[in-house]
Amino acid sequence: MASVSRRRATDDPAWAKALVIGVVAVFLALVLILPLAAVFAEALRKGLGAALEAINNADALAAVKLTLLTAAISVPFNAAFGLCAAWAIAKHEFLGKPLLITLIDLPFSVSPVVAGLIYVLIFGLQGWFGEYLVDNDIKIIFAVPGIVLATVFVTFPFVARELIPLMQEQGNSEEEAAVSMGAGGLYTFWRVTAPNVRWGLMYGVLLCNARAMGEFGAVSVVSGHIRGLTNTMPLHVEILYNEYDFVGAFAVAALLCLLAVVTLVLKTALEVAQPGMRGRGGH
Amino acid sequence: MWRARTLDDDQTMTADTAPRRSPEQPAKRPLFRRRSAIPGFGLTMGVTLTVLSLIVLIPLSAVVLKAAHQSPAEFWAVATSQRSLAAYRLSFGAAFVAAVINGIFGVLTAWALVRYEFPGKTIVNALVDLPFALPTAVAGIALATLYAPNGWVGQFLTPLGIKAAYNPIGVTIALIFIGLPFVVRTIEPVLRDAAEDVEEAAASLGANRIDTILRIVLPALAPAWLTGFAMAFARGVGEYGSVIFIAGNMPYKSEIAPLLIIIQLEQFEYARAATIAVVMLTVSFTMLLIINAIQAWARRFD
Repeated sequence: MASVSRRRATDDPAWAKALVIGVVAVFLALVLILPLAAVFAEALRKGLGAALEAINNADALAAVKLTLLTAAISVPFNAAFGLCAAWAIAKHEFLGKPLLITLIDLPFSVSPVVAGLIYVLIFGLQGWFGEYLVDNDIKIIFAVPGIVLATVFVTFPFVARELIPLMQEQGNSEEEAAVSMGAGGLYTFWRVTAPNVRWGLMYGVLLCNARAMGEFGAVSVVSGHIRGLTNTMPLHVEILYNEYDFVGAFAVAALLCLLAVVTLVLKTALEVAQPGMRGRGGH
Repeated sequence: MWRARTLDDDQTMTADTAPRRSPEQPAKRPLFRRRSAIPGFGLTMGVTLTVLSLIVLIPLSAVVLKAAHQSPAEFWAVATSQRSLAAYRLSFGAAFVAAVINGIFGVLTAWALVRYEFPGKTIVNALVDLPFALPTAVAGIALATLYAPNGWVGQFLTPLGIKAAYNPIGVTIALIFIGLPFVVRTIEPVLRDAAEDVEEAAASLGANRIDTILRIVLPALAPAWLTGFAMAFARGVGEYGSVIFIAGNMPYKSEIAPLLIIIQLEQFEYARAATIAVVMLTVSFTMLLIINAIQAWARRFD
């Protein structure tokens, strides 16, 4: 509403307004817009053909596939967990609720590198289950399961932290009405709660997916960087970049940029459709 | 709303008052949880706790146990070696400077987005979240290319004698990118909800615009600003992907703490890696507690 009602006393002078917008524009250009532009410029430095070639080869395509697979497992897993946790936390009262919410948020404050390290310490060769895994020929670290686990860890809170405040705001009255009229728990969830939280769920899934596909630090620790096998797209970008194959690195990076842009467009569309959606704090 | 909620008075009370209840208020609560008409508590709570333990809590304890495997003297020697100290200094120092810079430009950005109309506002608003959506490795190689001595931005800095990449300045630049949305997005809702009539009152009582902003607006923003600052700082301390490409990664000079963990891991020095990880975890948990405390403090003013 602030922008609609223009009351003179709270209007800044025109010069101040121009100054603030100018400073913000320069700052955002330097920090946000130029990097985005640089990725596409570098990718197309030797023409569109070279860029497409860098994407359309076996290693790059394997990286794309692994990234999609990782997201396809970790995002639904975290969405299911988020729904479950939000139902327990938002619809019920119990002791230690703030502590539980803090614990769910914990992965956000852990360095991605540490997130990878913890799984190496458990499933790695010298780890808790190292011998057992070797004896039974199960590979978790330097293999796909480790990559999925690390991704699940870093994206763990996304859906839950979106849904918990939303479901708390909505209160319990509709569910109580449904239950008092004889609806079962699952029926109540599907017919009453789910429709109420679907936008919040989509919002959480969107951010969760962007992070899952883009995660670098945690995945880098557990992946082992085996080309064609355990390389996700961000890891492939790193390898190409370190080999001075800049066109290749930026071409794959440009694909990831497109993912980011699509994410931002969908996110903005969600916020326009559901104005209450934004501003629960980042991740 | 109230008519529908006659099922369980107790529950109705909690549902309505839960968000802003002061800690000393609920006196007659049963030991663990209140009875609720809504089913599924046992199942969902059970799944939540199990998954949380398996994915987060038990793995995190592994790193603490690994570090505790050494003697305290060994732990201390690794945790406070010259190389580790240099890495913490860089990670914490660069994260702090980046958070301060984001604190300044983040407020301006939030202010412009909430209070002003300008062409392209929707796009700018969406762009602010770019660091959340863009994979960190992509940000890393893009920033390294831009700020390298012959890069788009770097070529203008070199004649001025400024080297912006492959040193601590580069680390700071990457952390500014990563931290910006935390500050903007925590301040924005507070600024939007801030009652303009208070500002109007200040103005009508004779305060000029600068006085109003300094004495009315900024104090109201302080808790959100501190929260955003702390979140940006905490994220910056642990950040890896966007930093390593622009950092230069010289031991003692431009080597961040997370990279040191990776280096120890590559040499199969798992206990040493765990030691540095424990130091970093301790700092992140302290930051988390501080953020929670700031938010609890801020809610008192609601």
